[in-house]
Formats: sequence, structure tokens, C-alpha cells
Amino acid sequence: MGQGFVSRGFHGRRQQQQSTLTNRIPPGQYLERGFPVLSAGPTPHTPLAAWDFTIEGAVNQPKRWTWEEFRALPHEDITVDIHCVTKWSKLDTRWEGVSIDALLQQVAPTTEARYVIAFSDGGYTTNLPLDEMRGGQAWVVYAYEGQPLAPEHGGPARLLVPHLYFWKSAKWVRGLQLVEQDEPGFWETLGYNNHGDPWKEERYQGD
Amino acid sequence: MATREETPRAKSITLAVPNWRGHRAGQHVDIRLTAEDGYQAERSYSIASPPVEAPHITLTVERLDDGEVSPYLVDELRVGDKLELRGPIGGYFVWEANSGGPLLLVAGGSGIVPLMAMIRQRAAVGSNAPTRLLYSSRTFEEIIYREELEQLVTNSGSTGLEVKHTLTRAQPVGWTGYHRRIDGEMLREVAWPLEERPLSFICGPTPFVETAAASLVGLGYEPARIKTERFGPTGESGASGASGASAVPGGHDGE
Repeated sequence: MGQGFVSRGFHGRRQQQQSTLTNRIPPGQYLERGFPVLSAGPTPHTPLAAWDFTIEGAVNQPKRWTWEEFRALPHEDITVDIHCVTKWSKLDTRWEGVSIDALLQQVAPTTEARYVIAFSDGGYTTNLPLDEMRGGQAWVVYAYEGQPLAPEHGGPARLLVPHLYFWKSAKWVRGLQLVEQDEPGFWETLGYNNHGDPWKEERYQGD
Repeated sequence: MATREETPRAKSITLAVPNWRGHRAGQHVDIRLTAEDGYQAERSYSIASPPVEAPHITLTVERLDDGEVSPYLVDELRVGDKLELRGPIGGYFVWEANSGGPLLLVAGGSGIVPLMAMIRQRAAVGSNAPTRLLYSSRTFEEIIYREELEQLVTNSGSTGLEVKHTLTRAQPVGWTGYHRRIDGEMLREVAWPLEERPLSFICGPTPFVETAAASLVGLGYEPARIKTERFGPTGESGASGASGASAVPGGHDGE
């Protein structure tokens, strides 16, 4: 949207301006205390015994982990702010999971790998630049606020890439495909931005 | 701009949008309000009007008492005011006449809004896709578009629009519809036979959509032909509420 004009009679709640949190809320976002759920279809329920996580494509050693193997990987506690393209932001969310750095170390990406396609139960995909998933910027998480991740929030495991709008943090994630050429995913082919940086307000195509 | 009271809490707002590039039934717009000191608030609202009414669009907004934008739109906005909007947005939760059918539409509260755009478009273009709407409201007075839906059913004759209501909180004397929250049994009674490969759209509050979608999957519906939009559980979250609008990419999107 452009610069905007004054909306007669609008004052707003200004909850964000009253706090010292202003610099943590990206433009066009508001502070949310609940945890809204938005999904394009039914919530998948994959039994843990049937769950696995795969990294394939432009890697030297493709790998697949069962649930038990995945849970045995070194994990981290992560506290981050998250930003949904539908305008809400939630601060200091606490997660537990495995860093993408640790996973990539085991599969050894090729020197040509540039992008990642995350794929999920239900057919959802999202694309991310490989460089933006390294260096402590992305995780596969399986716990939220100390509890196993609920199915409606993406459990048993979801991607967590907090510096991008939250649709990039694919729910029900089952693997990553590393590729040399970028391939827009589900929302990225349906009008949403290919990159999704909330601080640049990259919400939709053309932003 | 014109407005119309739909229920005690919901108002329809019709806007003439310059350079509107058209929309598809089910899409939403982003509305941005700006205060005199530059403070801004943005929310998403579903479009209730059918694409054939372009360049006019109608939003139906439900006032959320703890909301920031919806009380302004419902109580303060007047004819002649300008609104800053962007859209249409959303390319998945959409129905077009060539989407096929039969259609199963399941609405909870203001979740009716994007589904109404589909029902209106279906009527406007003369689609004969058999369509059933299951619509859950708290009370009779809170049924949005009640009379228009009755009229559309009458007009559709035998070419198939059926509407079933459920009232979860209170029912008028003589009420013959459902009177409980939506559940698997209710959906089984309303749903189309599997072999007809129905296409389903579900819109409402999160627990409502979870129940409806899981029930349809349990009946054997193909998950890929069940499209959902959920409102967040709190405030105006997610598109919400607001108008029902939900907006969103819903997507698995990560919330």
C-alpha cells in the first residue's frame, strides 16, 4: 500500500507504541498474545512410527531419520519473535528442536546448492535461500513452550525460520530438498512474496 | 460507499474501488487505517460480493469488542469516507464456476463471508454446481444473510442450492434446524457421497474448522479437496475475525 491518508475518526489502540517493543514489531504488524492457527487444508496426523525426515537433492550424502533418530540429535532451546503475513506478531516464543546447521553438516550440501524446498505432509511446499537457513537462522522444532508441538501448530515437527514471514516455517515438515535453481512453493505461486522478509514488508508478489 | 446492517454485530460495507482489477470468490483485501499522528493498523477482510459486481466490492465486518479495526469499520465509518485497501489477496481459498462440484460449504459465524461470495457468484453466473451450505451461528439473530440465503434457495429451484443451519446457543420456538455445535454426525448427514468427489470450503474459528475438516477426512473426503480458512483464537487475529475474514494464507503456512 502507499503512504496512506488519515482515516477520519480513527485513533487506534496503540498498544505497540505504549511499550518498548516497537522496534520488535515489523511494519504493518500488530502484537498478538494468542497463537492463531491458519492452514489451507485439514490438519494431517502422521503417527510418529510412520514419521521420518529426509534431506535430499544437491547433497553428497542424502539422509533419512526416523522419529527416534531425529529426537536423538543434538537439540537447542530457541526463543524468537515470529511474524505472520496475516499481520500478527508474537514475541519471545520458545521452541525446542534441531538446527538446520546440524542437519546440513550430516548431508554435506554440494557447492552448487543454492535453495531449499521444504516439503510437508499434505503436499505443502515452501522455498528458501540456502544461505538464509544457515548460521543459526533456521531449525526443525518439535516442542513449543515446553510441550510437544500440537498438530494444529505443525506437530509433530515444523520448520522455524523466524526472520521470514511464518508461512516459510512449514508446518508438518517432512524433509528438505536442496536445489540449484529456485522453485516457488505453495503460497509463493499463489500471490505471496517469494522471499517474505517482514522488515521489508515483503508480503505479496511485487512487494 | 454504502453500508447495511446485517446483524447487531455485523455490517456490510460496499466500496467503489478505482482501478479494481477484479477478484475471485473467496479472496480478501487488506485494509489499512491511519490516525492523524501516523499510527497505522492493518487487517484483512474477506470480500462478500461476487466478482460480477466489480468495480464495487462489499465487505461484511463483524465487530469484535476487543478489536482495533473492526469497531471502527462497523461503528465509525460513514458514507463518503475513504478507505485504503489492497487486494485482492489469496489464490487458494477460491471458487470459480469451472472449479466443479458438488460443493460443500461449511461456515462458522462470520466465516460465511467468503463462502457467500461463492454462493452469490454461483447464482450470478448461472452455475448449476450442486451446492450445500452448512452454517453454524450462535443465535437466529446472528445469522448473517439469512433472508438472502432463503431467497437464493428459492430461486435456485431444482438446480441445487441447499442450506442447513445449526444454532448453537439459542433457538427460536419452532426451530427445526440443528441445535448443537457442528460434529461428525451432522457432517455425515449433510455431506455429498464420496464418489461425487465433492469440493469443500470451510471457514470459521479455529476449533470449528479443525472439527469440520477432521470430520470430512474421517468420512473419506480427499484432504486435497478440502480448503480451509481459520480465524485465530484471540482478538482479531488472523484475519479474522474481523470479518470473517480471515484471510490468510492460510496455509499451512505457518500459521
